Formats: sequence, C-alpha cells, structure tokens
Amino acid sequence: MYEFQYQRATTIGDALDRLSGSADGRYLAGGQTLLAAMKLRLAAPSDLVDLAAIPELHGVCMDGDTVVISAMTTHAAVATSPEVQRAIPALAGLAAGIGDRMVRNMGTIGGSIANNDPAADYPAAAVGLGATIVTHQRRIAAADFFTGMYETALQPGELLTSVWFPTPRRAGYAKFPNPASRYALVGVFVAQTAAGVRVAVTGAGPSVFRVPAMEAALDAAFTPEAVRGVHVPADELNSDMHASADYRAHLIGVMAGCAVEAALEKT
Amino acid sequence: MPVDLTLKVNGREVTAAVEPRTLLVNFLRDELRLTGTHIGCDTAQCGACTVHLDGRAVKACNVLALQAQGAEVLTIEGVAAADGTLHPMQAAFRDHHGLQCGYCTPGMVLSALDLVARHPEPTREQIREELDGNLCRCTGYHNIVTAIEAGAKTMRS
Repeated sequence: MYEFQYQRATTIGDALDRLSGSADGRYLAGGQTLLAAMKLRLAAPSDLVDLAAIPELHGVCMDGDTVVISAMTTHAAVATSPEVQRAIPALAGLAAGIGDRMVRNMGTIGGSIANNDPAADYPAAAVGLGATIVTHQRRIAAADFFTGMYETALQPGELLTSVWFPTPRRAGYAKFPNPASRYALVGVFVAQTAAGVRVAVTGAGPSVFRVPAMEAALDAAFTPEAVRGVHVPADELNSDMHASADYRAHLIGVMAGCAVEAALEKT
Repeated sequence: MPVDLTLKVNGREVTAAVEPRTLLVNFLRDELRLTGTHIGCDTAQCGACTVHLDGRAVKACNVLALQAQGAEVLTIEGVAAADGTLHPMQAAFRDHHGLQCGYCTPGMVLSALDLVARHPEPTREQIREELDGNLCRCTGYHNIVTAIEAGAKTMRS
C-alpha cells in the first residue's frame, strides 16, 4: 500500500471539508473493497477520510412505508435489522448473503453502492425496489445512479448519506454466487410494487440493469414459469474466466424464477 | 505521518504512534508481538487473521490499525483464561481433533466465538454456513464443525 494521510471526520460537514482540502482523497467506509484495492496498488489516494465516527451515518429507521438505511450501516446490521426484516425481508436476506461473516461485519451499504461493483448485490435491490440514493446535497433515483462499471452519478467529493427503500408488495432475491468470492455471478432482484413489477440483474453485465420483457411477463402472471421462458440476449453480457455470456444469460432466467419463488414464499 | 492510536487489546490499554497504512494484523503481530493472529492469504479470503473488533469478527488483514481507534480488540492470546486454562472452544478443538497444522485455528476459534455469541445452539448447517470466510486446507472441516458444536454445548452448560 502506498502512503496516505489518515483523517477521522466527526460530522458530515467535517468530512466534506477534509475531503475538499485533500489533494486526491477518498472517503473510507468499511474499507472491504478500497483497502484491498490499495494493497494491490490499484488505488492510491492521497488521503482517507474515515466516516466511521459520524453518528448520523449509522442506523436504520422507518419513514412511513420507506426503510431508511444510513450509509455506514454494515451488511450484518442490515441483515439483522428488525425494520428491514419486517418491511423487506428480501433485502435482509440479500445483506446476509454478501461476502462472508467478517466482511459483513465491516462492509457498509453506502460503500457498496458508491463503489458500484458490477457483481455487487445491493445495486440489484436499489434498482429493483426503486430506491432513492441520498447524498449530502441531493436525492438521486437508483435508476439514474448506477451509470456504468464502477461508475455512479456521484460528483467528486459528494457524500452518500443514506438509501431509501420503499416497501414493495412482495420481493425476492436469488443469486448464483461465485463459490470463492461470494460475489454474484448472476443475481436477480424481483419486486412487485404498486407501480408494477421490476426485475433488476447484477453480476451479468457491466452494471445493474432491468429486464423489461420479464417485468411485462410478471405483470401478467407473477409466477416462476412466467420468467423462465423469457429469452435474454447475451450480446452485452460479461464473459470471463468464471462464466461465458451465454451461461450468464441462461442463469438470469433461472435466478429470476428462483427470485419469484422466494418472493411468493415470503408473503 | 504517524498518528496516535489508543485501543484495548485483550483487555489491556495500548497506545502507539502508527503509520496510517499499517494494517491491524501487522500492528498486532509486529508492534505488540501477538503472533497468534496469522497472515494466510493477505487478501481477506482465508480468515486466518480473524480477530474481534468490539465483539465482532473481522479480517485484520483488511482493516487499518487506525480503524480500531478507541475499540476493543480480542485476539487468540486473549481467549484462554489468565492462568492458561483453555477456553471451552479451544479445548473442544483439541478434544475433537479440529486442527492438523493449526495455521487456520486462531481464526476458526474467533469466528466460532462470534457465531456462538449470536447463536448459542448452532446447527451443523449453521456452523458450515458461518465458516465460509475461514479456509482450512488440512481437515476437510468435519472435525472443526464437530468441535464448534461441542464447544458451544460446553459454553451453554
């Protein structure tokens, strides 16, 4: 790891000031991706501004029917939050399946969403549920937030503070994990909401995406069979040592069916 | 530039000036000479470096020492009683041959203690699920699962 300056922020304003005062600083959330990247010298920030000591960035609460999860809430805390388990059990289950126990004890929802790893789990839930990403200065619809591989709508220095998930009628998440990393080879989040069904896929493409043909099929009949017959073209999908694009395209149908089954079981 | 770090390690208050890029595992091993916390893969996969940070298992190779500012850290050296009597979980690993080379064992024991704190009566399936962040290349896990099951039972009694 290259040298850097470490700074510990105590308020959101303090964090913004420290980052803007640095040459090429980064916010540090749980560090489960960033520190690994720094150890490999894939990232070399001049400063790390640690967000752990900012009280308002921790915790989960309800705002009407919306689950509000602060950015520094760990995956383990999301998985066991009574609010999340009651309102969106599929989201609690998704958080419980990220990485392993030790990663879930450090890694945070804000860090994961701001990083937008193409195989991360949370982007599927955010897009599938029609979440709103809140920063220190604005609200961004999840549909507009994830702009490409490791790219988001966040501006330099903009601090993600919370994620707002509206409660769906029912939802389910199913992933085929890479057996070593537990990242999604393909993960599909299916949510039935007042505005219709959303199907969001992670792991398969450069960034999370929706499958309108599956959504239309599920709007007509919310059954596993409805999605299993929908063909997803492999043209834009990832192909790597773990799986070919064709294999991923096939898995989308399988996982979507499993996600619908899970959604029906949880209601 | 070194930063002052104050934390508790195995119940003892420690103060040191550390370079920001010092990982928690290196601080524990090189500064405090607590070499029971092992470095296996050094890429946050194998779990040999597992310690507790404020009661939760974390991988010390993927955490900065400065992230433990003001925290309580428990390493394998702090698990046994002061007189050297093994903790019931450690005794169970010995009794049930839950180790061969022993390299992964400190991490296994600390993961097991995190598990038992949340699930005092874990099923074998739960134990296997929760160990997905701890790799053992000797045992095939069977005796580790048995050891944790037995250790949890002794801890309940």
